[in-house]
Amino acid sequence: MNSQRNLCLLAVVDDPGEAGQLQLAVQQIGFAVKLYVASDYLEALQFLHQQGERFQCAPRPDLILLDIKMSGQEYLAFLVTAKQDEHLRAIPVVIMATSELEADVRAAYHHGAAGYVLKPADINEFAGTINKLGQYWFERIRLPENCSICTDVARAINE
Amino acid sequence: MKTTIQPFIILLAEDEPADANLVKLAISENRILADLHTVVDGREAFEFLRRQGPRFADAPRPNLILLDLNMPRMDGREFLAAIKQDTALKDIPVVVLTTSDVERDIVASYHLGASGYVTKPVDINQFIDAVRQLGDYWFSLVRLPQQS
Repeated sequence: MNSQRNLCLLAVVDDPGEAGQLQLAVQQIGFAVKLYVASDYLEALQFLHQQGERFQCAPRPDLILLDIKMSGQEYLAFLVTAKQDEHLRAIPVVIMATSELEADVRAAYHHGAAGYVLKPADINEFAGTINKLGQYWFERIRLPENCSICTDVARAINE
Repeated sequence: MKTTIQPFIILLAEDEPADANLVKLAISENRILADLHTVVDGREAFEFLRRQGPRFADAPRPNLILLDLNMPRMDGREFLAAIKQDTALKDIPVVVLTTSDVERDIVASYHLGASGYVTKPVDINQFIDAVRQLGDYWFSLVRLPQQS
């Protein structure tokens, strides 16, 4: 289990209405989780790389949640970018999507997703889903705590 | 209409028989509908996944791999690095299940493509609970690729 430190969740949500729902659901989780919402992939990358005045103090997220409306290449491009970046690839990325297409599910895992969750239409079910996600990632699973060693570890692996 | 529920297939790579038995017990205690297959190291895990040799000729493709880190011949880190390079196998999620709580192991596992890292609880009830939470996530909450 993770220590008592505050955990950080970066959600990329392309629907403004859903950002509010997510905020509410995260508040209900009961774990110490700080939610940051990026409205598109470019903003998410700026956040992750602490680019620009707005994100210069952005924390490194413990988990990234990609909330996507439809199947598409754009989120896969983001996933590939994150998983090819030595500073970012250790951050697990979970997909929340409406598509049940086998090809979409498979593509997500193929490109390094650590879970593919179907987005429930019902708002109560949505909160329940976020709660279950939280139980796994923020309660049970060990996540990296000291990412100053990420580059070190990457170098050792690549040698 | 008659529907058949397919059990989830779990491949456990674990060289310690006592720990493998504990996983088996936890799956049964939690009533997780799963077929558990156990191999003793990374090399044997690849033989299973690639259906090599008479023992694994009919091996099913697992939905989830539970991976110990410290094993002989091919350890968990080497296995993770290799499976995530294999186009035919890289979409199978791998969760590390280990006694190590060394930060370097945690970072390296995620870096190599693990979809979770669980330190084995010493207490048996906590162990059962850990497996329940793994089951809740992988077999109830998330969608996994179907058997091909």
